[in-house]
Amino acid sequence: MTATTAPPAPPAQPGSSAATRIVSHIFKARETGILIALLAVIVVATTVNPNFLFSSDGFRDLLLTPSLLLLVAVGQAIVIITRNVDLSVGSVLGLTAYLTGRLFIDLPGIPVIAVFLAGIAFGAILGLVNGALVAFARVPALVITLGTLYIYRGINVAWTGSDRINASDLPAAFRGLGTGQILFIPILTIIAVIVLVIAAWVLRNLRSGREFYAIGSDPDAAHLYGLRVTRRILTAFVLSGALAGLSGVLYAARYGTVSSAAGTGLELQAIGAAVIGGVAISGGVGTVWGAAIGAYLLLTINRALPIVGIQDFWQRAVVGALIIGAIVLDRVLALRQHRKLIEAREDVR
Amino acid sequence: MPESSLNRFIKFHLKEEDVTVEQTTTTPGPPALELAKVVKSFGAVVALRSGTITLEQGSIHALIGENGAGKSTLVKIIAGLYRRDAGTFKLRGEDVDFHSTAQSKAAGIAVIYQEPTLFPDLSVTENIFMGRQPTNRIGRIDRKAMRAEAEEIFSRLGVSIDPERITDGLSIADQQIIEIAKAISLDARVLIMDEPTAALSGVEVERLFAVARSLRDEGRALMFISHRFDEVFALCDTVTVMRDGSYIATEPIAETSVDELVRQMVGRDVAELFPKLPAEIGDDVLVVEGLTRPGVFHDISFTVRAGEIVGLAGLVGAGRSEVARAIFGVDPYSSGSVRVSGTSLPKGNPNAAMARGLALVPEDRRKQGLVLDESVSRNITLAIRSTLTKGGLLTDRAQNTAAAVWASRLEVKTAALDAETGTLSGGNQQKVVLGKWLATEPTVLIVDEPTRGIDVGTKSEVHRLLSELAQQGIAILMISSELPEVLGMADRVLVMREGALTGEFPRSEATPEAVMFAATADKEDAK
Repeated sequence: MTATTAPPAPPAQPGSSAATRIVSHIFKARETGILIALLAVIVVATTVNPNFLFSSDGFRDLLLTPSLLLLVAVGQAIVIITRNVDLSVGSVLGLTAYLTGRLFIDLPGIPVIAVFLAGIAFGAILGLVNGALVAFARVPALVITLGTLYIYRGINVAWTGSDRINASDLPAAFRGLGTGQILFIPILTIIAVIVLVIAAWVLRNLRSGREFYAIGSDPDAAHLYGLRVTRRILTAFVLSGALAGLSGVLYAARYGTVSSAAGTGLELQAIGAAVIGGVAISGGVGTVWGAAIGAYLLLTINRALPIVGIQDFWQRAVVGALIIGAIVLDRVLALRQHRKLIEAREDVR
Repeated sequence: MPESSLNRFIKFHLKEEDVTVEQTTTTPGPPALELAKVVKSFGAVVALRSGTITLEQGSIHALIGENGAGKSTLVKIIAGLYRRDAGTFKLRGEDVDFHSTAQSKAAGIAVIYQEPTLFPDLSVTENIFMGRQPTNRIGRIDRKAMRAEAEEIFSRLGVSIDPERITDGLSIADQQIIEIAKAISLDARVLIMDEPTAALSGVEVERLFAVARSLRDEGRALMFISHRFDEVFALCDTVTVMRDGSYIATEPIAETSVDELVRQMVGRDVAELFPKLPAEIGDDVLVVEGLTRPGVFHDISFTVRAGEIVGLAGLVGAGRSEVARAIFGVDPYSSGSVRVSGTSLPKGNPNAAMARGLALVPEDRRKQGLVLDESVSRNITLAIRSTLTKGGLLTDRAQNTAAAVWASRLEVKTAALDAETGTLSGGNQQKVVLGKWLATEPTVLIVDEPTRGIDVGTKSEVHRLLSELAQQGIAILMISSELPEVLGMADRVLVMREGALTGEFPRSEATPEAVMFAATADKEDAK
């Protein structure tokens, strides 16, 4: 029992200034560990081959490669925090990437901003379909989004056929977004980070953001609290779809070539990034920062492994080990914390 | 630091002072909450026949009744979880009809359930304010204000819980305090506590009562559900008794007594309901000695003889089902022994228990007793699969033949033996579970709440059946929370409270009052 019948005791942490609290918060945060892992990977790879970081291409790739995954992983993290999952993001990305190309081909002179808005809206609609099925039909998200993964991909294949979008179909101004830089920072990365910061702010500071956590932490309690569970879950899927849509547009800008296989397998990377970043697959725990760093770690390791001389076919295994390691670590930490909290209670008793 | 502590101390006591003044000047307004003749049924089962209760402002009202008397249904209607089928529901004199918990909350009703419902991963403060956090103009949550308000509420309640910690790992008592803090921050005018003391220690109960009294003195209406009479008398101003889903009586606490309340709770002529057939009682078959599982039950010793029905009474949570599960081997125990017909059973091995002739009809038939998606015949033959298997094959024909015997003996009403068990009524499902175990030809049958949630007609069929089985020489241990059932059926009644056996009565001495007392009397009296 931490509480007593006596009149108020002094506050819990005597003498803790704001600064020390922030320091200890950073030290304890789950995201810190993974950030250190990311830095370690970069340091090791750079030691073996300085070009990994200290060449203009190396630096650019380091920032650029994970940016698309980052966007999708942020959406995925929001969905996972509500104790759901969105397996359809890869297919959503593929469809919007193709849509982007088609818009430029079929409507010559269309403003770039209109294409962005169309891609985001299209992704949001696909996400809405997922969310509606999950929230109203009360079927587990795993099954629903597995279904839409195939359906969306099927539509994509039927629509694209043997056709594909080529770089020459896209206006140069648009392609510049995918490859351009501002002060050595790729524009894509800037967009991704802006989205990340907004998402993190919303999740931390708005009621709707906190309710995502509440719903994932205990859906039954959320109902008893009178939270609008259905609406929030719907929102989470719409956000995930919209972010996948945005990255679909950016995918077209970055790669120029869009076939009907664009984005295949991305959903697993996104889930992996979120989980590695400390987002609990059972909901209620984690941050989009973690998912973002997870995305960087995942793809940076992929690029670093060949440099440190690990054979190609081991790379996937390493990524798998990383995911399992992250989950085991989280589980161990959670159990330890739970036991500590209980012990603390017994001590006072 | 000492300064702020002192300030809080003063504030705390000033508050109390203010409140006393306020109390003397309050004039009684319309009742805070008024339910009259409220009806709620689920399919054919009527959970609430006539729910009537009136909560006055500035008063604590106890609601008591046996398990299944309809208290929880009543609470869930007030909370907006269920909608009533008929009857009136007024709040401060105005008719209301809640479709959701959000609505009841908005109307100023807070419900504290026996198991607190909090978000384990979120901080104490967030748990208090979730869904209605203080925000600034652009909708940003004002964490400072939120935290300050949480601290203020805690200091007012006289407790110190770190508002920044997550709620995972908090004791049930502290979790309940958070629920109360939630209610206060909502400024709930009606506070309903559903068995809040079930998991609390003596000190924690005292603290809860102090808080409840101060809330009452602020003019709020409280409803307190409890099985412990001493608590009802210590805390409440008025008491309402319910039985079988109906309102029985409401009286000021000063004008009633434990004896009278028990009479009102039990209130029917026990002997007439269940014809108990005389059976010849033989040797000891099931012998349990010193069975202990720390924190769950301790030093449980009893015997059940051939042809005897032993009733195991007590409140929900007294540890009865856990003892049954330990005997059968599905749950562990740390010390003690179980013997069946002279040979002792190994710990934690249900297969060995079954081989020695033990059968357990579990409490929750839908989850633990049946495979609902499977056919009636597969369910009945589930425990005798191996004996029906010929040459490695288990044919439908063998199962149907074996199942038909029991289905007709137990008069299971089903369209066909291959109908899905989930489509049967509750009573018939229970017969299927019984049939499954009777097919194993047990010498000891443990039945846990054999008639929970089944209609009256089927109930007496089950009772007749149990009686006949005893006549055939089976030793029966019957766990039941329904007092009339225990008293009507059992040759001997054992009573458990809080993990210990607290009473044993032969049929002639087992009166409702004696059994109720053994099941509920407070710890000090018993020791």
